Amino acid sequence: MEFFIQQTAAGLTSGAIYACVALGLVMIYVSTDHINFAQGEMAMFATYIAWMLIDAGVPFWLAFGLTALIAFVGGLLIQRFILKPLETAPVLALVVCFIALLSIFNALAGMIWSYTIKQFPSPFPQYDISGHGLVSVQQLGVVAVTLVMLGILTVFFRYTTLGLAMRAAAQNASSARLMGVRVSWMLALGWGLAAAIGSIAGMLVAPIVFLDPNMMTGILVYGFAGALVGGIGNPMGAVAGGFIVGVLENLVGSYIIGNELKLTFALVVVVGVLILKPAGLFGQIIVKRV
Amino acid sequence: MTIRRRGILTTGAAVGLTLGIGPARAAKKYGPGVTDTEIKIGQTMPYSGNASAYGVAGRCQAAYFRMINEAGGINGRKINFISLDDGYSPPKTVELARQLVERDQVLLLFYCLGTQTNTAIHKYMNQKKVPHLFLATGASKWGNPKDFPWSMGWSPDYHTEGSIYGKHILANAKDPKIGILRQNDDMGNDYLDGVKEGLAAVWKHVVADVTYEATDPTVDSQILQLRASGANILLNISTPKFAAQAIKKIAEIGWKPTHYLMSVAASVGAVIKPAGMENAQGIITAQYAKDVTDPAWATSPDFIAWNAFMDKWNPTANKLEGSNVTGYASAVTLVEVLKRCGDELTRENVMKQAASLKKLEVPLLLPGVLINTGPNDFYPIQSVRMARFEGDHWVLFGDLLSRDAEA
Repeated sequence: MEFFIQQTAAGLTSGAIYACVALGLVMIYVSTDHINFAQGEMAMFATYIAWMLIDAGVPFWLAFGLTALIAFVGGLLIQRFILKPLETAPVLALVVCFIALLSIFNALAGMIWSYTIKQFPSPFPQYDISGHGLVSVQQLGVVAVTLVMLGILTVFFRYTTLGLAMRAAAQNASSARLMGVRVSWMLALGWGLAAAIGSIAGMLVAPIVFLDPNMMTGILVYGFAGALVGGIGNPMGAVAGGFIVGVLENLVGSYIIGNELKLTFALVVVVGVLILKPAGLFGQIIVKRV
Repeated sequence: MTIRRRGILTTGAAVGLTLGIGPARAAKKYGPGVTDTEIKIGQTMPYSGNASAYGVAGRCQAAYFRMINEAGGINGRKINFISLDDGYSPPKTVELARQLVERDQVLLLFYCLGTQTNTAIHKYMNQKKVPHLFLATGASKWGNPKDFPWSMGWSPDYHTEGSIYGKHILANAKDPKIGILRQNDDMGNDYLDGVKEGLAAVWKHVVADVTYEATDPTVDSQILQLRASGANILLNISTPKFAAQAIKKIAEIGWKPTHYLMSVAASVGAVIKPAGMENAQGIITAQYAKDVTDPAWATSPDFIAWNAFMDKWNPTANKLEGSNVTGYASAVTLVEVLKRCGDELTRENVMKQAASLKKLEVPLLLPGVLINTGPNDFYPIQSVRMARFEGDHWVLFGDLLSRDAEA
């Protein structure tokens, strides 16, 4: 029983990480209608910036805020300069562009900061609440920050005009434009926000998995799984999906199929969900007029 | 007429030159990639991708060869070192090895990194009869001169390391319950095979063999499984990043097994420091090279020479990364082999010289760790000493343990 609880707790921690990454993916999807493969690498790159700031003596939370801001501007600039010219390009061109961004960020980080893993300070104390290594403040912190981010995003998209405009811009650009929404800027804003969320995910993940240029590569796959299971158009669903994937992966890995097939299992779950409920467990089916 | 006579004279002189100088340099025999002024050496190295932390070794070696070239090269020949990025991906390694052998016509491949990457070109190199020397992998299969006379490893193989841990466990643990954490790929499996042979005597005490994938974000779940298995000894066969995660997680959950950490992941700079020195106290590993963080070596001449080399030729590298030590020492070994080849720089002679190193002392290897090879011994380094992490560096203990002596 203790083992079960421990595995569940560990699953919730990795689940929180997946949820963070999934949130960034959902953010881009909701605001631009695309899936950004470079999301993980952008987050990693931002985390390195945070690491440099902290290394230079900036207090953690200030560096945290600054990095989110820098990432926001960075995301905005990427959209303005790289993706804006591609706004009318076919989806495949965009996918290639995202993959290019992925390897550019990865290689740049390796060049600048080398591939040796770096310790990233945690804002939360390494304090163990239960005494059995069950739940540490670090783990709770990650979960808490994820939930706060989720809350802010939900409110933003559901109850603010800007959020509504962004959703409209993504889902039906021409109608939105007719309604007076500046579509192109909404897309840029979406990129900025997604990059900022990604940077926060990166900064939460780094103390646990250590900072290196390949930090997010593995996590991104699970993030996708989480986002798809929960519904890629729904922030709340993505977070729930992240937690579900994290816990299921651990339990199934420990009790049923062994550690070798954990990733396979996550992908099978994705395929299963997509077949049975294509919009994800918590997703809304969006009907598009063609 | 004059012109014609001059022509004859020149021809005569040329013949004389050929005849006169030819016999004097009769021993001058060159294989592909060698001229009077150059020796071409190839390498594949993961400068990008999952194992890119090891790329440090390639950069260090390039710097070392630059230094050698600056000082006049090897017997007057400069080294042209072509080190290419294979991203730790075997298909890429195959492509690059072909390019190096067939297009660039290198004399040999040196210190190609990775078990599965080298496995992918093992047969090719032996079919082409191109030296595949001093590989950066500890798999046992590189020491098989009967079937693969063109491939040779460098560092102690996993078998050696495994058998040494096995002996230490038998001698020190009263009721050993061994848990194994390993990466589920060629590296982890190969290491396990090696360790299994070495651990034959204690294999019945293994209570858990837990794997993780290189794509897994963390090994937290695996560490919990290992603790739940009741293991009191942990054999940690993981790559640097996961080793650091494991060390940290073990400390976090307050588990206190006797922790044996494979030497490939025992770098102070790349693993222990990020994981937290306080979490790594008491971890045991095996070493064959000097740990540069150990103050005991600060005054030894080889350390001073290495330090000066790093400052001048490789200034951007982090000296705490173990690959800067092994990369340097292996490059020194290669240069020694090439020196011994003299003017007979053929692929055959390179292998012959590489297989006749006797008690060769190489800088930065531990005192007493000597390189020995022979026509039937393709394992250059086979001695290690055990070390325990205390304070902020590895502290050696026990005698020099050697598989040479055993045989």
